[in-house]
Amino acid sequence: MTSQACVRIDHLSFCRGKRKIFDDISLEIPRGSIVGLMGPSGTGKTTLLRLISGQLSPDQGSIFFDDDEINTLSRTKLYQVRKKMGMLFQSNALFTNLSVFDNIAYPLRERADLSEAIIRDIVLMKLQAVGLRGARYLMPSDLSGGMARRVALARAIALDPDLIMYDEPFTGQDPISVGMIVKLMRLLNKNANMTSIIVSHDIEITFGLVDYAFVMAGGKVIGQGKPDELRNSTNEEVRQFLNGLPDGPVPFHYPAKEYITDLMGED
Amino acid sequence: MSRFSVIENIRALGASGVHFISRVGHAGLVLFGAIFKKPNLHKSFPLLVQQIYIVGFLSLPIIIVAGSFIGMVLALQGYNILDKFAAADELGPLVALSVARELGPVVTGLLFAGRAGSSLTAEIGLMKATDQLSSMELMAVDPLQRVVAPRFWAGFYSLPLLTIIFSMFAIFGAYAVGVDWIGLDAGSFWSNMQASVDFRIDIVNGVIKSIVFGFFTTWIAVYQGYACVPTSEGISHATTRTVVFSSLVILGLDFVLTAMMMGGW
Repeated sequence: MTSQACVRIDHLSFCRGKRKIFDDISLEIPRGSIVGLMGPSGTGKTTLLRLISGQLSPDQGSIFFDDDEINTLSRTKLYQVRKKMGMLFQSNALFTNLSVFDNIAYPLRERADLSEAIIRDIVLMKLQAVGLRGARYLMPSDLSGGMARRVALARAIALDPDLIMYDEPFTGQDPISVGMIVKLMRLLNKNANMTSIIVSHDIEITFGLVDYAFVMAGGKVIGQGKPDELRNSTNEEVRQFLNGLPDGPVPFHYPAKEYITDLMGED
Repeated sequence: MSRFSVIENIRALGASGVHFISRVGHAGLVLFGAIFKKPNLHKSFPLLVQQIYIVGFLSLPIIIVAGSFIGMVLALQGYNILDKFAAADELGPLVALSVARELGPVVTGLLFAGRAGSSLTAEIGLMKATDQLSSMELMAVDPLQRVVAPRFWAGFYSLPLLTIIFSMFAIFGAYAVGVDWIGLDAGSFWSNMQASVDFRIDIVNGVIKSIVFGFFTTWIAVYQGYACVPTSEGISHATTRTVVFSSLVILGLDFVLTAMMMGGW
């Protein structure tokens, strides 16, 4: 593994039941970079994040985070490695029985040996960064979708991880919040040298933010490069995805028998 | 054709047997991961107290009401039978023995499975469906220790206490009907009860049953939540399984334990 790589994936294959999600993919995410993972729905982008964090194990291949091979670590060692990771879940995954403040304080209380006074200051700083310092006493059920996303983001960065994985960070956000989140991501990357992996369908926002991007489809990496390189890609699959075309090498329809035959026949 | 069908049925039976054994094995691993790891008392104790409040204290109303009514019904039914044999004074022992040996542990266990067990399954299942358990894992916090263990211990400690409370209120209910309503002698009611009920054989055995029921009921509840399919339908099925499996396990184990206790164990 090159010393510049924060995450390296070597010949990874992964199946869910009989469905092959990844078929011998390899990629490298440089330390301190912002990398986008893009591709049509159902191509396994979230699954890849779960594989990187060790929540799933690959059927074949290896995943390295720093110098540790994630899929071979003991549970204790894996938990030590995870202290250096943060993740913004697609569903936010906020603890519904805890207030906004306690949600963000949770990883600090569990994993950092800090006094309550320091935890309070850190939580307020994180909430200030996402613009929700005034909402600290609210419960998750009182938050709008966009606010809940920002609270989840504040919790994901609570421990200042080395690697942060954002799963659809812009979903449900108004333009002001998107601008603020993009600014925050850049700031974390620049000032704290955090490595960021962003899973998003929003091509324009993601391309404006990332240093490098991977486009995945059909269990393979179909394209990779800097945003400008991908925009100018001649690969038909990449072009179809970036231009949002329904017809092309990447199928829009799930495999099925011919439409007219299906309409005329019975199940 | 028919031979093929028989073989298919045997294969399906074998497959379901293997599936059942693998589920029991997984449930054992979940329990092992939850309770056989060194706990962090500073963090675990407040969670345990909170869960005892939710699982145990909040179950008190249903236990008290059910206990009182069962005692009242037992007194009415018992009096009608005993009075035919001029043995109405034995109502106290009848109620106390029925409740301490059988009805207390069994009915409390069944009510507990319906009220607290289903709630534990649904709560853990929803935490799984909304990625709360995954986010704990990502924060390097073991959900078996922070979520499953406190709920398991809370159920384990609460059920015996609820059983004792159920039995007390059943006896008070029987007293209200037998003495205050029907007019039996209060002295006979209590003294016959005291003379007939043996602390070791009746009370302790009843509590032992409730400890066993508490262990299995709570284990089933937390496991069904932890291993459920994380969808609304999956959680619904898991909750139903908790109530059905717990009820059957309570009734089956009650027979086994009673046979062991009657056999001089």
